Amino acid sequence: MQDIINSPNCLCRDCSHIWYMPEPPKAARCPDCNSPRLKYHPELSILSTAHIDCDSFYATVEKRDDPSLMDKPVIVGGGQRGVVSAACYVARMYGVRSAMPMFKAKQLCPDLVVIRPNMTKYSKVGKEIRKMMHDITPMVEPISIDEAFLDLSGTEKLHKAYPAQTLSKFIKRIENEVGVTASVGLSHNKFLAKIASDLEKPKGFAVIGKEETMDFLGDKPVTMIWGVGKALAKTLHHDGIEKIYQLRTYEKFDLMGRYGSMGKRLYHFCRGEDDRSVSVGSETKSISNETTFNTDISDYQTLENTLWKLCDNVSQRMKKQNLAARTVVLKLKTKDFKQITRNRTLIDPTMLAEQLFRVGKQLLKNETDGRAFRLLGIGGAELVEGDLADPIDLADPDGQKRAKIENTMDLLRDKLGNDAIIKGRSLK
Amino acid sequence: MKITIERAALLKALNHVQSVVERRNTIPILSNVLMQAQDGGLSLTATDMDIAIVDKVEATVNEAGSTTAPAHTLYDIVKKLPDGAQVNLSTNGDQLELVAGRSQFTLQTLPQDDFPVMTGGDMPTGFALTSSEAKLLIDKTRFAISTEETRYYLNGIYMHVAEGSDTLRAVATDGHRLARVEFPAPDGAAGMPGVIIPRKAVQELRKLIDETDGDISVNLSDTKIKFEAGATVLTSKLIDGTFPDYERVIPQGNDKIMSLDTRSFAEAVDRVSTIATEKMRAVKMAMDSGVVTLSASSQDSGTAVEEISVDYANDRIEIGFNSRYLLDIAQQIESGSAQFIMADPSSPTIVQDAEDKSALYVLMPMRV
Repeated sequence: MQDIINSPNCLCRDCSHIWYMPEPPKAARCPDCNSPRLKYHPELSILSTAHIDCDSFYATVEKRDDPSLMDKPVIVGGGQRGVVSAACYVARMYGVRSAMPMFKAKQLCPDLVVIRPNMTKYSKVGKEIRKMMHDITPMVEPISIDEAFLDLSGTEKLHKAYPAQTLSKFIKRIENEVGVTASVGLSHNKFLAKIASDLEKPKGFAVIGKEETMDFLGDKPVTMIWGVGKALAKTLHHDGIEKIYQLRTYEKFDLMGRYGSMGKRLYHFCRGEDDRSVSVGSETKSISNETTFNTDISDYQTLENTLWKLCDNVSQRMKKQNLAARTVVLKLKTKDFKQITRNRTLIDPTMLAEQLFRVGKQLLKNETDGRAFRLLGIGGAELVEGDLADPIDLADPDGQKRAKIENTMDLLRDKLGNDAIIKGRSLK
Repeated sequence: MKITIERAALLKALNHVQSVVERRNTIPILSNVLMQAQDGGLSLTATDMDIAIVDKVEATVNEAGSTTAPAHTLYDIVKKLPDGAQVNLSTNGDQLELVAGRSQFTLQTLPQDDFPVMTGGDMPTGFALTSSEAKLLIDKTRFAISTEETRYYLNGIYMHVAEGSDTLRAVATDGHRLARVEFPAPDGAAGMPGVIIPRKAVQELRKLIDETDGDISVNLSDTKIKFEAGATVLTSKLIDGTFPDYERVIPQGNDKIMSLDTRSFAEAVDRVSTIATEKMRAVKMAMDSGVVTLSASSQDSGTAVEEISVDYANDRIEIGFNSRYLLDIAQQIESGSAQFIMADPSSPTIVQDAEDKSALYVLMPMRV
């Protein structure tokens, strides 16, 4: 560990000047630019693992493009009944949250401006930001379109700056050049960096040092641990575990016995330990698409029609990335919000919409027993190189013909646009 | 019921029937074997509702009657009895008493009326197969039966009379390989419906064939099939599905022919594939004039290369195959010489016995 005595511990969020202060600043200002936005942390100069998360990304992009929306409560989401994909911070003041059903958001905030998502735009902006991340370090692990882990260790000489400074400059840059804001979490591992980025949103810059890790985590709820979802939280609650410190009383052996492989993670995470490194080029793990219906649907045929459109979309994305799926995953949500997922592993990986659809149909048929569904999704998992996709299947003499038709359609679509040719069933 | 029976005869019959009985049964009576004694014989029946096997053995019947008793337990007991023992079986209320020498067992029974009887129904087609024909039918194809549950119609051997020819054919495929065997159709087979015989029935039948020298009589309808070998009768439901039009996937225009020594090829594949991992079993075959180079590589364990001399006089090509599939096929080729008929690295390859064309194998290459 580097010597942190007398190392710079105070950062100006505006001009990225960094200097040493003998004690935490009270109403201090930056000696260089006189800004009051300072970040003080004793370990500021030695931490280098960061998590960057854009602030209500989709909504921010929409506001950027239409300044009249700036002070209005804006959400991005689909249709009458879909869910909120992103809620701006004005909307959040009303209690609107992302992933909340749309009708509930409208109840909370009748003046809500609802914008249909424009994924092409967001993905373009996301890529611009990604590119700027790569300008500061090659060690970028994207998590989604608008968030990523960065490992800035060893970049001090290159940038002639501490990682904290580099990050602060980076945030300024995307604010100025892209027009979106983001929050930074800086710590000594990914687990804590991710937690930190969420602490001071929006426009946050939160630091969790080694020294304070144990104390910081202790009284936090177990749900803060990555991987502890509703189900596991319920199990833990049942076992009398609510807070992270309570986990520390158990041996690794006990936790693994109780919670399986997750137990090991709990054991380390509750102590703030995480040895996962920032992995570059983290592959796509699955490609999927889902939709929430305006009204609950129980009719098989109606579901099947939607399924085809979803398969077509998933297949197009797989083809674009030259990936093929070994497993097809069907996802359904019943009207009482119970989620059902069904997997089927294929004999050979596929990237064909027809193949996804054929398998998806079978899985769907098994589930449509009169229950009404609010959501339907299909995805490909266990992705492999596209070259391995769809070899000749000796037990499916028509398979090659179907593949040829689809490939021809794809060529036409490439040339003339997506609507140039579609299957009749898309019109249903 | 009160009978006396030779331990060896009872064991043999129980052996035939007990293998149909699933180890775990949700319906208790299906764990039992039905025993019916009359007219100097004991008939034993076991079923899993898809297959039923009935075996008849000679016995001294002192009192006719019937009952059902746990099949596996009964089998295990009889197996452990000393050779040459005389077994006395008698019912007593809802119990079965088994006495042999100084051993005595009491088993719980279930009423025979609850035992599901599988009726054969009307079976319009009937013919006889010699035991070697029946063996051929199964051995040359069953390794290619699919285990994929979704395509249930591939979980068996498709038996039918080929259109336009007078041959009886058996075909199995799992999508990666296909095996087809044919021989002149026996009398009575003409006009039979194409049937898919489920894997389990195939396995049970194969066991029976080993113990019979005589003909196997086959009777079938489009829903059921019945095999009779000696004193044993196996009745099975057929798979209700349509077998794919396999003829269309058998390549016609492959022109690169390679002949090789079956034994040395199989040994080389076996050696080279030691390197291949469980996940990637690919072996690359590089064909060049007069020689094929087999190679495998895995990131974890290393690489392997072996050359064998072959009869090949065409352009150099490289094709990858699943080593296990190659070995499965090589095992079925009895003569010394096997023939590969290839097109390119992404199209199906035909493999045949150079001297016996009754069986044909189609193999999909793997990308390596």
